[in-house]
Amino acid sequence: MKKLTKIATIILASSALLVGCGKSNSSSNASAKSNSSTQVSGKITIVGSTALQPLVEKAAENFQTDNSKVNITVQGGGSGTGLSQVQSGAVTVGNSDIFAEQQSGIKANKLVDHKVAVVGMAPVVNKEAGVKNVTMKQLRDIFTGKITNWKQVGGKDQSIVLINRPEGSGTRATFEGAVMDGQTAKKSQEQDSNGTVQKMVAQTPGAVSYLAFSYIKSDIQPLSINGVKPTDANVTNNKWKIWSYEHMYTKGQPNKATKAFLNYMVSDKVQKSLVKDLGYISISNMHVAKNAAGKVTTK
Amino acid sequence: MDPIKNKIQNTSKETRQDLYGRIISYSCIILIVVVVLSIFFFVASKGIATFTINHVNLWNFLSGKNWNPAVTDDSGHAELGALPMIVGSFGVTFLAALFATPFAVGTALYMTEIASHRDEKFLQSVVELLVGIPSVVYGFIGLSVVVPFIRHHFGGSGYGILSGAIVLFVMVLPTITSMTVDSLRAVPRFYKEASLALGATKWQTIYKVILRAATSGILTAIIFGMARAFGEALAVQMVIGNNAVMPKGLFSSASTLTSVLTMGIGNTVMGTVSNNALWSLALILLLMSLVFNIIVRLIGRKGRMQS
Repeated sequence: MKKLTKIATIILASSALLVGCGKSNSSSNASAKSNSSTQVSGKITIVGSTALQPLVEKAAENFQTDNSKVNITVQGGGSGTGLSQVQSGAVTVGNSDIFAEQQSGIKANKLVDHKVAVVGMAPVVNKEAGVKNVTMKQLRDIFTGKITNWKQVGGKDQSIVLINRPEGSGTRATFEGAVMDGQTAKKSQEQDSNGTVQKMVAQTPGAVSYLAFSYIKSDIQPLSINGVKPTDANVTNNKWKIWSYEHMYTKGQPNKATKAFLNYMVSDKVQKSLVKDLGYISISNMHVAKNAAGKVTTK
Repeated sequence: MDPIKNKIQNTSKETRQDLYGRIISYSCIILIVVVVLSIFFFVASKGIATFTINHVNLWNFLSGKNWNPAVTDDSGHAELGALPMIVGSFGVTFLAALFATPFAVGTALYMTEIASHRDEKFLQSVVELLVGIPSVVYGFIGLSVVVPFIRHHFGGSGYGILSGAIVLFVMVLPTITSMTVDSLRAVPRFYKEASLALGATKWQTIYKVILRAATSGILTAIIFGMARAFGEALAVQMVIGNNAVMPKGLFSSASTLTSVLTMGIGNTVMGTVSNNALWSLALILLLMSLVFNIIVRLIGRKGRMQS
């Protein structure tokens, strides 16, 4: 009988664990002191873009320390997942690297956009290629397959190995929107994760790809385009064209708790410290704005 | 009341225990069956949508060579040809099994027939260690060691079917080895003794008696290894290049069903053509694992009939 009780307990405990999986992140903050005067409460589920995930996770952690009655769960899954889940109402907030208008199968007019950060991206090459600057046209020709050797753009005699991002990924959509001018990229290798792309470019001679600024380490060579360097400052005035917003979408207007959290995301507390620390560009530093069609206007 | 009568007429503690045990095991079985069935139903219903809702021709899907879920052709259908991925998946799987089998059988023979008890224990733990390594580690080793090696010695970018097969070879080796060991151990002792008594050498005994008797077990081991290779996603994705075109050779970048699936699923929206197409790939994977299972059953039955 003892054994039986033991087994039953194990089964019960494991099923409780399974059930509990869906709503983690809760208990630890219960004891935290709250200091905000208007106490909000509720449960917020956030799903989507893996590029935005670390920022939201960190911000949610800090937010919950101040608002112990709010329970925030942050998950990855990709921009497509985020948008479709928020559209179907399964989650409160859908994170996306691209505008909802750009994603097929999403009814963008049902969703409310909250831009929380900006990400700059740059073409990167293996150091052996011997190229540091290209023109926009050359870059396009490299990705359409018209230019196949680095010596054609002033580098070494080394054939070009294209590493693209998968169709539908936010990074690829941003890059193609800014660079490809409506042309289709040549079929080539594809890789989804920023970390893997970084490693592949670093060790494959002749490799070229594109990465968010925060992934550009010293072992790969970022390319300047038309003499413009990929820096945060150049993104804020749109001299550097390849950048995108990080969006947090809600279905219709957000409820009180969600609204409080979204306000927190764009507050100076997050924008001045977390956003910078994690390699994004603060939304409040931008001198220009971009719409879903890619049109840029000065603020 | 009479204690004996009481004991006979009422359910005893042991009977209740028996009942509880049965309830617990039945509910576990039901849960597992329900889970398996619902996975099947879910993947199938999503995977079939490509053909029923998006009206893609099944034959074109299986034999088409162009994979562009976002592009529609003249007749308004998305260009969905899964052949490159199917070829890629089978390519790495068969090559990996081809590389791994001689090593696995050799190791297993050494462990069961030749090695001392201590060596056997040592090898056993080495093989078990290989099983425990996470696939992302295999992928990273493949990316840092195998890919540059291939590039250096065979040219090309180094990403391709051969790199994938080499990484998978190491991954399926423990599966095939440990199952082959089991089947060699299952060969009755008197087969060996009779053979040796008739004057056969050790090699003749191994080659003509033990291996023959264990054939069906070894085949089962190989199929299990192939099933593992076919379903492996992460490690292969890191070294094969993920280029959804027909592989031109062993050294040009290619793709597998799993690599296209894992890369695309987070970037597509439920209900769209691109998403349904990925579910169809998942359905192919599921059906293939079913096929591998059936083959194992058939081999098992044949093996039993012979002995």
